[in-house]
Amino acid sequence: MLKNTFKRAFRDSLPIMAGYLALGVGFGVLLESKGYSPLWALLMSCTMFAGSGQYAGVDFLASGASILTTAVMTLIINARHFFYGFSLLDKYRGTGAMKPYLIFGLTDETYSVVCTAKLDDDIDRKKYYLFLTSLDHLYWITGCVLGAVLGAVLPFSGKGIDFAMTALFIVIMVEQWLSTKNHISAILGASVTLICLLIFGADYFIIPSMTLIAVGLVLFRKKLDKTGSGDETEVKPDE
Amino acid sequence: MNNTLHSLILVGVMAVVIALTRFLPFLIFPEGRKRPKVITYLGTVLPYAIIGMLVVYCFKGVNVLAYPFGIPEALAGLLVAGLHIWKRNTLISVFSGVAFYMVLVQLVFRT
Repeated sequence: MLKNTFKRAFRDSLPIMAGYLALGVGFGVLLESKGYSPLWALLMSCTMFAGSGQYAGVDFLASGASILTTAVMTLIINARHFFYGFSLLDKYRGTGAMKPYLIFGLTDETYSVVCTAKLDDDIDRKKYYLFLTSLDHLYWITGCVLGAVLGAVLPFSGKGIDFAMTALFIVIMVEQWLSTKNHISAILGASVTLICLLIFGADYFIIPSMTLIAVGLVLFRKKLDKTGSGDETEVKPDE
Repeated sequence: MNNTLHSLILVGVMAVVIALTRFLPFLIFPEGRKRPKVITYLGTVLPYAIIGMLVVYCFKGVNVLAYPFGIPEALAGLLVAGLHIWKRNTLISVFSGVAFYMVLVQLVFRT
């Protein structure tokens, strides 16, 4: 079972491996170009584990930004992660000592795979989450440090390899689309975000998008809700 | 390179803020606490909306008004979606899309 679980987690992590190594190397190269040693890449990839957050972080470090600016900007850039936990309250329930690490490692990519993976009975769910999160973290750290070590002397052009992330999200969207009949949520998410991107621009569209998506989903609740009526969810003790 | 101590503090601040965005839902609704039905509802429908948001998020750097007008992204994106509808194999879809996109941006649409 453990072997099957690891094999499944590894297989599901392969697209993420390509993307994280590429994006990680890009980050490392950028960080190194600002005069920071590979140790900083190691520190940041271990403790932050965030793509766009770390890329922006290089600017804050290099420009000696204030603590307040850094905190507020990081919050704006990573606010989307606030949504992820709500879908995983039940999936991650009862994961015990590994739970803080699973939550810490809740990146866009890990979240998407955890949400969509259909796991058979021969898979240990909790271990699957742990393997997937750790493998992704390992790829990310490896990429970041490698980039900082190699600097600008890469022997080949990796330009475009970061498209792995975009491709993974498109695949997951297609997969979700084919597996459900009701597409209101997916269309709402994409169209609201697109409109906010056009109105607010690439730096500030995420928080308005999130707010409008939440409002929109609540408005469409009657059409979408399959969890029944009532005001509170009884939390059943599982296992 | 800036003052090492200040840099260390900034990394700490960023790590805490990022972790906070990920931990908050679990802190608001710890295991065993009853939660409003609307939260459970949002938890079931959000994944679909979020993936839609992330797909758009990935294209945020694309400028359709300047060369190459987002053509490589559009072509590679369509290839990924088409391949996936056809074969339903994540690895084939992702890696074909990446290879195609790399050829497009490195050889066809050179900037």
